[in-house]
Amino acid sequence: MIELQHVSKAFGRTKAIDDLSLTVRKGEFIVLIGSSGCGKSTTLKMMNRLVEHDSGRILFEGQEIRGFKPEDIRRRMGYVIQSVGLFPHWTVERNIATVPELLQWPGPRIRDRVTELLQLLDLDPALVRGRYPHQLSGGQQQRVGVARALASDPEVLLMDEPFGALDPLTRLALQKELARIHIASGKTIVLVTHDIDEALRLATRVVLLDHGRMVQSGTPLQILAHPANEFVTDFVGRSEIGIKLLGLQTVASRVRRNEPGEGAPVAETLTLREALSVFVTREVERLAVVDGDGHAIGCLHLGDLVKSDE
Amino acid sequence: MLGTLVVIAAAAAFGMAFVALAPNRLVQGTGIGLSDLIHGWRGVIVVPMLLLCIGIFMRPTCRTNLMIALAGSLLLVALVWLAGDEATRLSAVAPKLSRVSLGGAFWVLLVVIWLAVVDALQRAGLGAMWRVVVGAAVVALVTGLVAWGELDQLSLLKEYANRQEVFHTALLRHVQIVGATLVPTLLIGVPLGWALFRSERFAPVAFAFLNMIQTVPSIALFGLLIAPLALLAATVPWLGQMGVGGIGLAPAIIALTLYALLPIVRSTAVGLGQVPRPVIEAAAGMGLTPRQIFWKVQAPIALPLLLSGIRITTVQAIGLTVVAALIGAGGLGSIMFQGLLSSALDLVLLGVLPVVAMAIMVDAVFRFMTLMLGRSH
Repeated sequence: MIELQHVSKAFGRTKAIDDLSLTVRKGEFIVLIGSSGCGKSTTLKMMNRLVEHDSGRILFEGQEIRGFKPEDIRRRMGYVIQSVGLFPHWTVERNIATVPELLQWPGPRIRDRVTELLQLLDLDPALVRGRYPHQLSGGQQQRVGVARALASDPEVLLMDEPFGALDPLTRLALQKELARIHIASGKTIVLVTHDIDEALRLATRVVLLDHGRMVQSGTPLQILAHPANEFVTDFVGRSEIGIKLLGLQTVASRVRRNEPGEGAPVAETLTLREALSVFVTREVERLAVVDGDGHAIGCLHLGDLVKSDE
Repeated sequence: MLGTLVVIAAAAAFGMAFVALAPNRLVQGTGIGLSDLIHGWRGVIVVPMLLLCIGIFMRPTCRTNLMIALAGSLLLVALVWLAGDEATRLSAVAPKLSRVSLGGAFWVLLVVIWLAVVDALQRAGLGAMWRVVVGAAVVALVTGLVAWGELDQLSLLKEYANRQEVFHTALLRHVQIVGATLVPTLLIGVPLGWALFRSERFAPVAFAFLNMIQTVPSIALFGLLIAPLALLAATVPWLGQMGVGGIGLAPAIIALTLYALLPIVRSTAVGLGQVPRPVIEAAAGMGLTPRQIFWKVQAPIALPLLLSGIRITTVQAIGLTVVAALIGAGGLGSIMFQGLLSSALDLVLLGVLPVVAMAIMVDAVFRFMTLMLGRSH
């Protein structure tokens, strides 16, 4: 869908991006991660031509992006930024309708789309659509920001630290919404963050950047299990890698089927990290496991958590 | 604050002349205090006066504030009527050439009572909107008094009656000059403000230059333009034929425009500058063209500040146009200067009062517009 081939970019004398090659496939949820100044935001902004690359090629749907008008390519990619940037003089409804209005959709279609998007992002259309941005909380504003980016059903969603300014609870809620939207819509998403937990939680592929170069690219599991070098190990949090690995797998993957467990059962959809927490707080070594309908399916042993299937 | 006002008002009412009777329009008259005027059925005027005083010293509730506002407004109209009525009475008994002018106590009371009314309206929780409404009502009542001829015997109105034609020409010319200043100011100022907002290199230089113009006294600026414009008119005859010259309209409008530029340019640049960067980045990221970003995002957000710039500019131009009379541009200033030169104080007032009224009205209208605009945000 989007392909960067040997792309470089310099601001003055400092090289922001150095010979970066990256392919974003359709339906992928790519998280670009790295410490500040690593070039992750620049990479994102080059994709919709908010920043022009110096050398190399960037392809969108197989065509060099310089062949498109910047406005055309941007209207095909939703864009969400950390500070949201809602238009303060427009209502929520008009904010969301920005791109559909540019594309001259008929009025009723725009209205329906706004309603649909507000519901998708768990906002009450009747309550919110006529409000102005300053009347909303930070979390609500970013929900509207995401809705606005999704308005014309773009093929790609570009997100630049979208949840960075939110409190932990709101951030978690919005991450869950986003994961749900990704699964439901199959949209291609490229998200920039410096929060490794956010990356591990959301990404189908994590791309770790440092000094404008790609250090490692892989699924969250690959990154945690096989960090490419010391930098990656440090970045993902050396002492917590084991815990984070557990966070990526569910109870279902380690359960011993048809073996009775003891005590109050846990759901098979729980992560192993959460299960570990239950072991510790209950001071037990075995847990009964149930499926979504509450039927007992087996038993989880504490010892099995450390055993890898790979 | 209200207590101080009462003291000032009382001091003025008892210590200064409310109206003055002079043997002719050029000499100073003998003053007549307010207390000497209130007798017979004119005593009714004491009612709003007492209500006002009681209201001011009572516990300030919403109701007392409304009472102050109402009593004050009535008192304003009543004082104007009282002055007019006394003038009518005196003119019947005094010699033919004698004049009745408004005295210091009248003007002080006018200002102080209006301040009390505005203050009371604000305390009662009624906003700028109501200030405009009450102000308009008072003005309408006073206009009614003028229209009915109640004030005809006041010296001010006599000056008006003698110079009706001159006055109307001057008023029209004044408005024309202000209008003719605003058009080029907006045409140059808004694009210039936009350009300075975009260019970090030239902005400090340009603002320094515009600031410098503001520091040149207006009369000096008018004077500075006489020589070059006279030269221009002499070398390019058709310009001279169109009325461009060292004196008259052209230098007045040029000088006024130069003064007016700073507030417009600054408010445009500041207005555009207060549009948050993320908003512009988001707009660009969603695929708005630079032109769309300007018209749909930057301009509407900057508009309230631009309006306040236009308000300041207009009020300033209305005032400065008075000085333009000195280089033969005409306007209400010509009446004022005529009065000053012949030391006819009421003629000066005839020139000044409409200028003050115009400035206050324009100010109110623009504030009202900004208010309406802010409400939709």
